[in-house]
Amino acid sequence: MTGRPEAIKAVPVRHPGRWAGAVVVAVLVAMLLHAFLYNPRFKWDVVGQYLFDDSILRGLLVTLELTALSMVMGVVGGVLLAVMRLSRNRLLAAAAWLFIWVFRGTPVLVQLVFWGFLGALWPKLSIGVPFGPAFWSENTNTLIPTFTAALLGLGLNEAAYMAEIVRAGITSVDEGQTEAAHALGMSRFQTMWRIVLPQAMRVIIPPTGNETISMLKTTSLVSVLALEELFQAGQLIYSRNYQNIPLLIVVSLWYLFLTSILTVGQYYIERHYARGANRTLPPTPVQRIRTLLSSARRSPAAAGAEPVPASGGEELS
Amino acid sequence: MTDMAKASEGTAPAADHPMVRAEGVHKSYGPVEVLKGIDLEVKRGEVFCLIGPSGSGKSTFLRCINHLEKINAGRLWVDGGLVGYQQRGDKLHELKDREVAFQRRDIGMVFQRFNLFPHMTAVENIMEAPVRVKGRSKAEAREQAAQLLERVGLGDKGGNYPSQLSGGQQQRVAIARALAMEPKLMLFDEPTSALDPELVGDVLDVMRQLAEEGMTMVVVTHEMGFAREVGDALVFMDGGVVVESGHPRDVLTNPQHDRTKAFLSKVL
Repeated sequence: MTGRPEAIKAVPVRHPGRWAGAVVVAVLVAMLLHAFLYNPRFKWDVVGQYLFDDSILRGLLVTLELTALSMVMGVVGGVLLAVMRLSRNRLLAAAAWLFIWVFRGTPVLVQLVFWGFLGALWPKLSIGVPFGPAFWSENTNTLIPTFTAALLGLGLNEAAYMAEIVRAGITSVDEGQTEAAHALGMSRFQTMWRIVLPQAMRVIIPPTGNETISMLKTTSLVSVLALEELFQAGQLIYSRNYQNIPLLIVVSLWYLFLTSILTVGQYYIERHYARGANRTLPPTPVQRIRTLLSSARRSPAAAGAEPVPASGGEELS
Repeated sequence: MTDMAKASEGTAPAADHPMVRAEGVHKSYGPVEVLKGIDLEVKRGEVFCLIGPSGSGKSTFLRCINHLEKINAGRLWVDGGLVGYQQRGDKLHELKDREVAFQRRDIGMVFQRFNLFPHMTAVENIMEAPVRVKGRSKAEAREQAAQLLERVGLGDKGGNYPSQLSGGQQQRVAIARALAMEPKLMLFDEPTSALDPELVGDVLDVMRQLAEEGMTMVVVTHEMGFAREVGDALVFMDGGVVVESGHPRDVLTNPQHDRTKAFLSKVL
């Protein structure tokens, strides 16, 4: 036996282009930082003063509520519409198609204003026989306050988009899965709920994450209904003190903070639904940091020799 | 449950009726007729092999037996009950989805592409139908699943997801999944065609063992060796009709029809 040949120690390829690029980017970032931090018109002290202002925080809460509830409405409505569109019942399929056509085909801003004006369109809402007597009726503006109008506008619009996302997810699941479930004697509902939808989730989740992030920002549109969410709260303050730019920055910082949190959440949900699709799950960011720290502690050569995909990767079982 | 019981009525259940009986079964997809009148009988406890070139309709016929495909003409009975329909007087009524599902509980099916549920472990795949369809307790179903896995030689793989198993292992889990419903009839749709050659043997061993235990099996296959050793009856199909049938040894070694001879000379 001659033993293992010596490990290869070669001079790595140099990348002068990368270095040049890095220098250019560093200079640009420095210029940008200077432009932001040393322009007195940004008034960073005012930003700090209003970042945790009570009315800003109250607006933030409304934005969060509106985002969460609209998305719940959108996802539930979307699943319902998608199943309707794929139904063998032509009437159900056509109704879903019509809904999606209307709500996806008009701007959400216009829809929001419509919901706001609902009271002008139908001053009273009633339940009864169409063209016949009413059993119950109520003043529209009492029944649908501004928050509900905003919720309906955002939620129904979202449902139309989610319907297409869910439908794409359902149709992406191999037909053999449905056949196998049917062959075992499972009902249509059981097959959809237990077999098809969980697999469709892998396709549905990433765009739904995008939709949620998008929804968080779209809620700023409901300021047209004079609902005091985050953006409207900022606007109200600067209409009094004329500190437009600092307050827009306050609002932007909050939006940025919230979308960052959502991005992290999306990563974990995607990871959960990747179960069974990959042999090993990718490491979580926390695991990745831990691996990085532990390999940095050891000698650099030893860390480099470690097989990369195995470290930090969580075995499925 | 009462309408379920009715579903199998009206066909005068004889004590010795065959497990599967087909009379003039026709099936078309649009203008294309895939089955042009199939007549055959599968006896209780028999291993019944269907062979033939691709496109001959053998898989389609198999899928008709558990109503994954709806037949256009003819009659098809499983264990004395009409498949997918109910005879009331001189009229044939379609069965409701629920009633079709009820019929399928007793018919296990194994697919060419396994069709295991990828988001569930092997054990969960096997437990799913007993728990959801038969209303078994999870503990009971888990125990049964463990026994079935043991029986197909995969006692240690229960916690694995399908993507962590080889093709042969996946197919054996699929067989265990079908057996968990305690079927009286098992359908195999080219169960070894998607497998690497060295993995075929394990799957065939499980099927052979099942045959020895007396399970009625209808097997669409290209494994002539298996058909000859294990099969009790064999049908050669081509162009949507039964060309030749008989005992596997006779048909495979001494084919009477020219088309059978031509087919066998290519595959043997």
